[in-house]
Amino acid sequence: MATSEASNTTYKKVQVRRYKPEENPEKHYLNEEKGLWAWLTTVDHKKIGLMYLGSIALFFLVGGILALVLRTELWTPARSFLDADLYNQVFTLHGAIMIFFFLVPSVPTVLGNFVLPLQLGAKDVAFPRLNLASYYIYVIGALFTLTAILTGGVDTGWTFYTPYSATTGGSVMMMTLGIFILGFSSILTGVNFIVTIHKMRSPGLTWSKLPLNLWALYATSIIQILATPVLAITVLLLTMERALGIGIFDPNLGGDPVLYQHFFWFYSHPAVYIMIVPGFGIVSEIISTFSKKIIFGYWAIALSSLAIAFIGFLVWGHHMFTAGQSSLANMVFSFLTFMVGIPTGIKIFNWLATMYKGSIDLKAPMLYIMIFLFLFTIGGFTGIMLGALSVDIHLHDTYYVVAHFHYVMVGGMVMAFLGGIHYWWPKMFGKMYSELWARIAAVFIFIGFNMTFLPQFIMGSQGMPRRYFNYIEQFQAFHQTSTVGAYIMGVGFLIIAFYLIHSLMKGKRAGSNPWGSRALEWQTASPPPLHNFEHVPVIINGPYDYHKPMSEFQLGIASKHNGHHAEETVNVPESAQEKA
Amino acid sequence: MSSTSATEEKRLDHVQHHFVDGEQQFESAKMGMWVFIVTEVLMFGGLFLAYIAYRSWYPELFLEASTELDAFWGMVNTFVLIGSSLTVAMAIRSAQLNQIKGLIINLYITIGLAITFMVIKYFEYSEKIAKGIAPGNYYTYDGLEHEKANIFFSIYYMMTGLHGIHVIIGIGLMIWLVVKAKKKVFHSGYYTPVEITGLYWHLVDVIWIFLFPLLYLID
Repeated sequence: MATSEASNTTYKKVQVRRYKPEENPEKHYLNEEKGLWAWLTTVDHKKIGLMYLGSIALFFLVGGILALVLRTELWTPARSFLDADLYNQVFTLHGAIMIFFFLVPSVPTVLGNFVLPLQLGAKDVAFPRLNLASYYIYVIGALFTLTAILTGGVDTGWTFYTPYSATTGGSVMMMTLGIFILGFSSILTGVNFIVTIHKMRSPGLTWSKLPLNLWALYATSIIQILATPVLAITVLLLTMERALGIGIFDPNLGGDPVLYQHFFWFYSHPAVYIMIVPGFGIVSEIISTFSKKIIFGYWAIALSSLAIAFIGFLVWGHHMFTAGQSSLANMVFSFLTFMVGIPTGIKIFNWLATMYKGSIDLKAPMLYIMIFLFLFTIGGFTGIMLGALSVDIHLHDTYYVVAHFHYVMVGGMVMAFLGGIHYWWPKMFGKMYSELWARIAAVFIFIGFNMTFLPQFIMGSQGMPRRYFNYIEQFQAFHQTSTVGAYIMGVGFLIIAFYLIHSLMKGKRAGSNPWGSRALEWQTASPPPLHNFEHVPVIINGPYDYHKPMSEFQLGIASKHNGHHAEETVNVPESAQEKA
Repeated sequence: MSSTSATEEKRLDHVQHHFVDGEQQFESAKMGMWVFIVTEVLMFGGLFLAYIAYRSWYPELFLEASTELDAFWGMVNTFVLIGSSLTVAMAIRSAQLNQIKGLIINLYITIGLAITFMVIKYFEYSEKIAKGIAPGNYYTYDGLEHEKANIFFSIYYMMTGLHGIHVIIGIGLMIWLVVKAKKKVFHSGYYTPVEITGLYWHLVDVIWIFLFPLLYLID
């Protein structure tokens, strides 16, 4: 190692220069390596992110069609066109596909993969090959699930509760094995992100300058690595239960079904934070960019992500209030559930304070985030109601729970995901989409969504149980409104698909920084070069410092070696600050 | 480190394109392995939880059923695994000192000990299955009076089975290391795969050190 004296002399060699990103570059990551094989074997985080985007969009389409099938069946109180068994299979698949193949991987693997190294100023994630492996593990898990669908289906609901899941027909084993495999994909992504954030930050990027998106992804990754292995062992035990009859969960063999519920929810409650927390990160980025204002309460937002991750591990029992837990456990879990509201509220208020007196620009990404704030708040508050013991006894297993969950997951997470896609789309492809159609689609989705799920709150509070394929006539008007709303929402998603594809083909070229953001990923070309930056970025200002001129954000180390020599990397930030 | 001679260049050929230097690459790999170890601990944690739950519900079952397990061979296996942890640590030491021959020999000994562990485990399993103590529905043994004896052995087979799979994966990893070492890939400046495989192997060892007393030594 160099002595301190020697490294002092090396400081002088480091020159920080201003780099204006190249506009509309000829060579970028999309066209530098050509051919299908180059895509399938790429270790580039941006391409892997796009491959995930394609796969996830496919599963979202399948899950969405299943949802429309369910809503269509519920048009009339009696049987319309599905019989009860098929209905059970369809809602199970809708839930399992949307949760395990869309919601859990969506933000981390698509937007996280694409944006995380760019926001760190790194050339790639720490383990690029592991990143590619995680994609193929996801594909293998998906193939298992498809096999399960084609070889008999699954009718247990996405929760696979024993003893029913241990005894029912169909291909439960295939499905649980698919989810077991999928878990590894999730774990590998989590490991990759944690190490990348710790070890791959570019010079000057201290923890206090880390974009909030990365804090959120960091919190998400922690949940992923801590919770997913427990899901793995749970579904493995369930698989063994069916294969060998090991009897740990099956009461017919002396086992305990409530133990299964504890195991399952120890993963699956934190899993809903795997789904929503990365959405919070996107919201922070977009709100600051489109309010042209420094984020309010940086540390409050950053640490509340970690707080949610932590408390999220302590509330799983609120899924089991009616499953025969001790009343003491119920009280403790109910209390801890209320606690989740605190960091979530902190976030909402800080976002509102960021917008206060900002120059708000209601472009499509911001529009989705406004929808997010509105719907997610409703979803959050109804969650508090469900966390209250006495209320939950009445509302347990009704449409109220379904509506709450969809307000949080679709109204929250999917809106944040759409916001993120619209926000980073120009960076991903170097193309703009039609702003007008984006707004029209947002309006369709907002109206359709509320038409679908607001009536479900009312139905649920009046006692309509979930997972039933028929119902009494008093609920018909609610169900029909809900079904019409679901189709309106479907139209909204179709519009999005059309204008995004149109943008790929004939979209206007986007500049390197169409939103005027100060964040690092916008200080390189759109689309970025294969190695993200033509220089090693040097970070002196925070990612939300809108009061400082853009030129202070376009700094990099002046060297053709791109930082690959030892003397350029030792303690650069101090010297960089002196120069600036 | 500022030298740019030909030998210096050669020593850096293991640094992947996206890392600034070998140190960053080494630190990243090591941290990644530690994070992965956390996930492993949580995965086994689920089984330990099942163990704790059933043991607190049926303590007498565990006392009775564990007498069926052979503590002597369990003890032998414990020493075999602890010994292999020592040799894998010596393998890392050899790599750090650039002693590639010592690295390969230590890896061979570790692989040998790991295989010994699996062979002993095989005889333990087959002796039990011959008696009718098979997992799940195939359990036919009537030497134990407790009606939930099958569940004790379900937990036993799940825990030791999952651990055994980890041992087999470890054997595979170390064979891969031997192949790489023979190709002279490792030297004192680059032995990351040896280091992180060693970490993994210690985890496998530590899990067994918990499994052995919890399953074999409870009376």
